[in-house]
Amino acid sequence: MNSTVSDLDELVKREYEAGFVTDIESDTLPPGLGEDVVSIISAKKNEPAFMLEWRLQAFRRWQKMQEPGWAQVKHPAIDYQAISYYSAPKQPGDGPQSLDEVDPKLLETYNKLGIPLEEQKALAGVAVDAVFDSVSVKTTFRETLAEAGVIFCSISEALQEHPELVRKYLGSVVPTGDNFYAALNSAVFSDGSFVYIPKGVRCPMELSTYFRINAMNTGQFERTLIIADEGSYVSYLEGCTAPMRDENQLHAAVVELIAMRGAEIKYSTVQNWYPGDEQGRGGIYNFVTKRGACRGDNSKISWTQVETGSAITWKYPSVLLEGDNAIGEFYSVALTRHMQQADTGTKMVHIGNNTRSTIISKGISAGRGQNTYRGLVKILKGADNARNYSQCDSLLLGDRCGAHTFPYLEVSNPTAQVEHEATTSKISEDQLFYCMQRGLSEEDAISLIVNGFCKEVFKKLPMEFAVEAQKLLDVSLEGAVG
Amino acid sequence: MMLSIKNLHASVDGKPILRGIDLEVKAGEVHAIMGPNGSGKSTLANVLAGRENYEVTSGSVHYLGENLLELATEERACKGIFLAFQYPVEIPGVSNIYLLKAAVNARRKYQGLDELPAVEFLKLVKEKVKLVEMKEEFLHRSVNEGFSGGEKKRNEILQMAILEPRLAILDETDSGLDIDALKIVAKGVNTLRGPQRAMILVTHYQRMLDYIVPDHVHVLAHGRVVKSGDKSLALELEERGYGWIEQQAEEIAAAVTG
Ligand SMILES: Nc1ncnc2c1ncn2[C@@H]1O[C@H](COP(=O)(O)OP(=O)(O)O)[C@@H](O)[C@H]1O
Ligand SMILES: [Mg+2]
Repeated sequence: MNSTVSDLDELVKREYEAGFVTDIESDTLPPGLGEDVVSIISAKKNEPAFMLEWRLQAFRRWQKMQEPGWAQVKHPAIDYQAISYYSAPKQPGDGPQSLDEVDPKLLETYNKLGIPLEEQKALAGVAVDAVFDSVSVKTTFRETLAEAGVIFCSISEALQEHPELVRKYLGSVVPTGDNFYAALNSAVFSDGSFVYIPKGVRCPMELSTYFRINAMNTGQFERTLIIADEGSYVSYLEGCTAPMRDENQLHAAVVELIAMRGAEIKYSTVQNWYPGDEQGRGGIYNFVTKRGACRGDNSKISWTQVETGSAITWKYPSVLLEGDNAIGEFYSVALTRHMQQADTGTKMVHIGNNTRSTIISKGISAGRGQNTYRGLVKILKGADNARNYSQCDSLLLGDRCGAHTFPYLEVSNPTAQVEHEATTSKISEDQLFYCMQRGLSEEDAISLIVNGFCKEVFKKLPMEFAVEAQKLLDVSLEGAVG
Repeated sequence: MMLSIKNLHASVDGKPILRGIDLEVKAGEVHAIMGPNGSGKSTLANVLAGRENYEVTSGSVHYLGENLLELATEERACKGIFLAFQYPVEIPGVSNIYLLKAAVNARRKYQGLDELPAVEFLKLVKEKVKLVEMKEEFLHRSVNEGFSGGEKKRNEILQMAILEPRLAILDETDSGLDIDALKIVAKGVNTLRGPQRAMILVTHYQRMLDYIVPDHVHVLAHGRVVKSGDKSLALELEERGYGWIEQQAEEIAAAVTG
């Protein structure tokens, strides 16, 4: 297996394709964080007074909080005063009203990333909100969506145009003091997406947000809020990339989902932040709080994530199953290579009767990557006939990487049915030889086997993105194995 | 000469298994290799296919005039060597048809050809699925996952029929098959037989040779070809068992070392 190990190395060394920097003038706040900075951010966005209060209250909570220490990740202490909390590409006046007013350099950036912002060039049936550093630069297909009553805009715009909706739901799933990073985000979040699907509406397009970090020494703190009113449906996808830099950058997002009675939200992530180099230099610290509330009966929230990027991923997309018969799902592929560390999983909290949850987690470790699944299934006393099925599979490529599984179970109702399966395997030499005997190169054989390993998760992604995810995995694996 | 093996010695994990194999296979021929369990039949098949950790310690193998031992596993496959595995491997999440397509196109790429258009590929696959009397739904199941022993073997023959190798090595494809499945496998093999191709049938029993009549039969014992003959040798083995052959082999081994 010696050649396999060296091929693995090759595959792992593969370059990061989204690593370029856009040379654009920015309006960037100097590093540092205090109440003044929070106020400036709020003022820059011309926010209603309640928002500033909300932010300041979060900031005061944050100052009293500690970084969580329980995750299986290691990193040097983060100096929160060394980070700039706001950076926006300079644009005339109030920001672009039409595409012609968007800086061509930004359009080019998104084109290069394969996300054209011109509607006629867009992927069929997908509307995009493009967030560059701290601000949203363009949301496509707004008119088309408005005809269906769907609101899809940046959260800054939502605060101007629908302040009552934002006020009602913001922080209702992830309270400002939920955890250290969520509190920080609540204080300084700059932009993100806002979605509202009215009663009974099936959103006519896939919605997606593309996050790009460009500026140096800035953090990205985006906030996403999705509300699916009774009987509605929406499928939403986020993608993320950043330039290759030797310094680590902080990305601390909060995503809140609310599904009312009979509503369904499908939230997919293809996370490809810069992972850092082979020696572990640079890369994004991805500390993210994602949580959905199945508020109404018969509602459903489904998280699907493909995590290939970031130096560190700390992320547990969760579902609060409040309504009766509510369904929560978590499908995850997490790949760690180089020196990447991922501590990711989910929390399924069963509160209503007959609630069901499914967890499928596929961890792939290569190089010196460390991959941890951490999941909690909690069944409250009042939740009769709750069911959970969890399956956590780990695949190791090479012998310098690691996989860890921490499934936590808290069951307070005797009618609960909970099933957990876990496997850890190495890519088998038999499988490789079999594929190579059929003519596949070792690299292609590995990619085929790994893709097979991830199949159950990939098939949950919207079609266009499943192909993207598969390609991304190929690129990430190239030189990683074999 | 399609395949020329001279004095081949090979070790697995440092343990010598093949101890001087000589074998010549011409295009158009079918050779049967028989021998008791542990005699080195699968080892020979794996060495020819280029499995890692099967270390050739001396001797030579030439295939179509080239030094086979210098070629990478996938190059050998792309040049037309096909191994039907004694224990076909399961690949969860990868559909049979996906692997087939990857295999067909890997070879085409090696030959400098474009990918086979989807329509043509499907046509080819459907035709061969009929040949091995497999249900089409098998194409969409994960490679060998949950297949019965017989289905796995038939799946190997399907892959062989689609890849149309120059040199096919079938490692105990007959074992564990009922008579109907055996006939289907034999049909697949006989359909492929032709003046351009050669086959090596590794088998423990002579039963398959009733359906696929070999030109030559060789008996392997303790990593050596101890006897060669025609079809009648297989029948003799069936009658007398392997005991006498092994005894002969031991005597030879003693003579060599002594
Ligand atoms: N991976 C291996 N490691 C060590 N010994 C092996 C390995 N594979 C096969 N052998 C040994 O090599 C010998 C020949 O095995 P094999 O070629 O499988 O025989 P056959 O196919 O004729 O039954 C046996 O003694 C077997 O135990
Ligand atoms: Mg054998």
